[in-house]
Amino acid sequence: MSIAEPVATIERAPPKREKPGPLEYLRRWPLQAIVGATLIFLYAPLITLMAFSFNTSRRNIVWEGFTLDWYGRAMNDDSLVQAFVNSLTIALICTIVSVILGAMSAVLLWRFRFPGKTALEGSLALPIVVPEICMGVAMLVFFARIFPWPTGMPWPLNLGAITIAHISFSFPFVTTVVRARLASFNRELEEAAKDLGADEWRTFWDVLVPHMMPGLVSGALLAFTLSLDDFVITFFTAGPDTITFPVKVYSMLRFSVTPEVNAASTILIVVTVLFTALGLQLQSQAEKQKPKP
Amino acid sequence: MEQSWRQAKNAFAALGVPPVAWLIFFFMIPLAVVWAYSFGTNAGPTEIDLTGTFANYGRSLQPLYFDIFVKSSIVAGLTTLLCLIVGFPVALAIAFAGPRTKTWLLLLIMLPFWTNLLIRTYALIAVLREQGYVNFTAEWFWNNASGLMTAVGLQPLGDFHPMTLLYNNAAVVIGLVYVHLPFMVLPLYAALDRMDRSLMEASLDLGAGHLRTIWSVVVPLAAPGIASGVLITFIPALGAYLTPDLLGGTDSQMIANVIERQFKRANDWPFGAALSFLLMYLTFIAIAIQAVVQRRGAKVGAA
Repeated sequence: MSIAEPVATIERAPPKREKPGPLEYLRRWPLQAIVGATLIFLYAPLITLMAFSFNTSRRNIVWEGFTLDWYGRAMNDDSLVQAFVNSLTIALICTIVSVILGAMSAVLLWRFRFPGKTALEGSLALPIVVPEICMGVAMLVFFARIFPWPTGMPWPLNLGAITIAHISFSFPFVTTVVRARLASFNRELEEAAKDLGADEWRTFWDVLVPHMMPGLVSGALLAFTLSLDDFVITFFTAGPDTITFPVKVYSMLRFSVTPEVNAASTILIVVTVLFTALGLQLQSQAEKQKPKP
Repeated sequence: MEQSWRQAKNAFAALGVPPVAWLIFFFMIPLAVVWAYSFGTNAGPTEIDLTGTFANYGRSLQPLYFDIFVKSSIVAGLTTLLCLIVGFPVALAIAFAGPRTKTWLLLLIMLPFWTNLLIRTYALIAVLREQGYVNFTAEWFWNNASGLMTAVGLQPLGDFHPMTLLYNNAAVVIGLVYVHLPFMVLPLYAALDRMDRSLMEASLDLGAGHLRTIWSVVVPLAAPGIASGVLITFIPALGAYLTPDLLGGTDSQMIANVIERQFKRANDWPFGAALSFLLMYLTFIAIAIQAVVQRRGAKVGAA
């Protein structure tokens, strides 16, 4: 057996009939069945939802024919479009601010020794672990009693309360991601830059930021999806004129379930998947651009 | 080597002040206010007197509300268990797949995680309701079985009655598993992927079967990953709002739904605040238990 082993590893593509190797669990049928069933479980509802957005029947039950009507209706529903634009705007601002705050706190924790460091690390972990509902009510109380966001502000300033709430729960995630990335930074590079005459600011921009880039990109991606995805916290901070897409879909669901909701959801799924794909692409590019030692 | 903050006070302040100020002003203060309100009493429609009373916490422990805490913990625990049972083999299969398959499978597991939670829950409704696919499939099998029984000369099964799969506790658990499965698979995969495979090979070479190897070698080695998967699934499941709200019936309320009602419809903020903080303490207890388990696991691993 021990003589046969190396031969088996050299063989790149074993013939199909060969018995699966001892650790090739994916080639054993019970596991294949479980993985297959799990994927069906995860995807069947979503695919059904998307498929029925193209169905002519009003009831989401039997397939009757292909139509784009529901998309037309969703596009002409002003409040739905407004909610969609609001969601994207909030997500964009939230991403920018979260990446800045997250990068700052990550560099702070990575670079310095200071009293209260553990306390700060703990506090930054809090928004990640605190249940959404608790954070939602905290934001509700805060914006109702302590810091009322002025009403009647022009768009997009009227979205301030929601955006602030989103940044509060997103930026600690960015901190975590960027900090993990910084752990692989060679501090000697920074010293070298300084020895060669770069000042603090220049070193930061030309040496540290390029190294952080993959972390910043995945942090941005995370912040964007977290913001776009959030329902509970937004539900508690949204006012009558400041509806986001999930809150709007929620109220549509309560009211009646039509394929229009399916169409709107499909658009959101496609937008999210596209952004994620773009983000992953940017991330792998940023990793490739890493200067060779 | 980390620098002392005194060596570069300006850079330290420039980096530290904005995030710390944000965290204090837009996170700590809101939570502190809720905490303070949990010791208050309603003095009017919008006024709350901070009387320092424990009455709100006392009320939370009454059977009506205490039962909801117990029930939420059971539902979250069951969800976590089911996620673990389904997620472990999936993570195992992914960890031992070829590099290309592995990337694809991981992407497939993560993709729903990037999809909106509300939309995923809504999608599940269409599948589970009385005129949904699960019932259609069941009806098809039922009718075929019925036809088969008539063919062999037995009594037919009678009419098919659709199963009520929505608006009950089972629907909430299914929904929570559906939503949280990726949370479980990813940490499990991470733990299984960095495991030393030679130990498994040794176990198999020495004559243990696959199940025995998994149970006595893989599970102990992956214990830290299992512990973090359990935690990362249990915490959001415990505080879930949307799933019980959309998929549950009148008796499937979880803590989050009760909290929401206090803040929105019942307008009893002090009581809602007390419930929120109890939920938060439960979360912290879960984290503390996990930390202890993790530390014990590390000690066993080192010994």
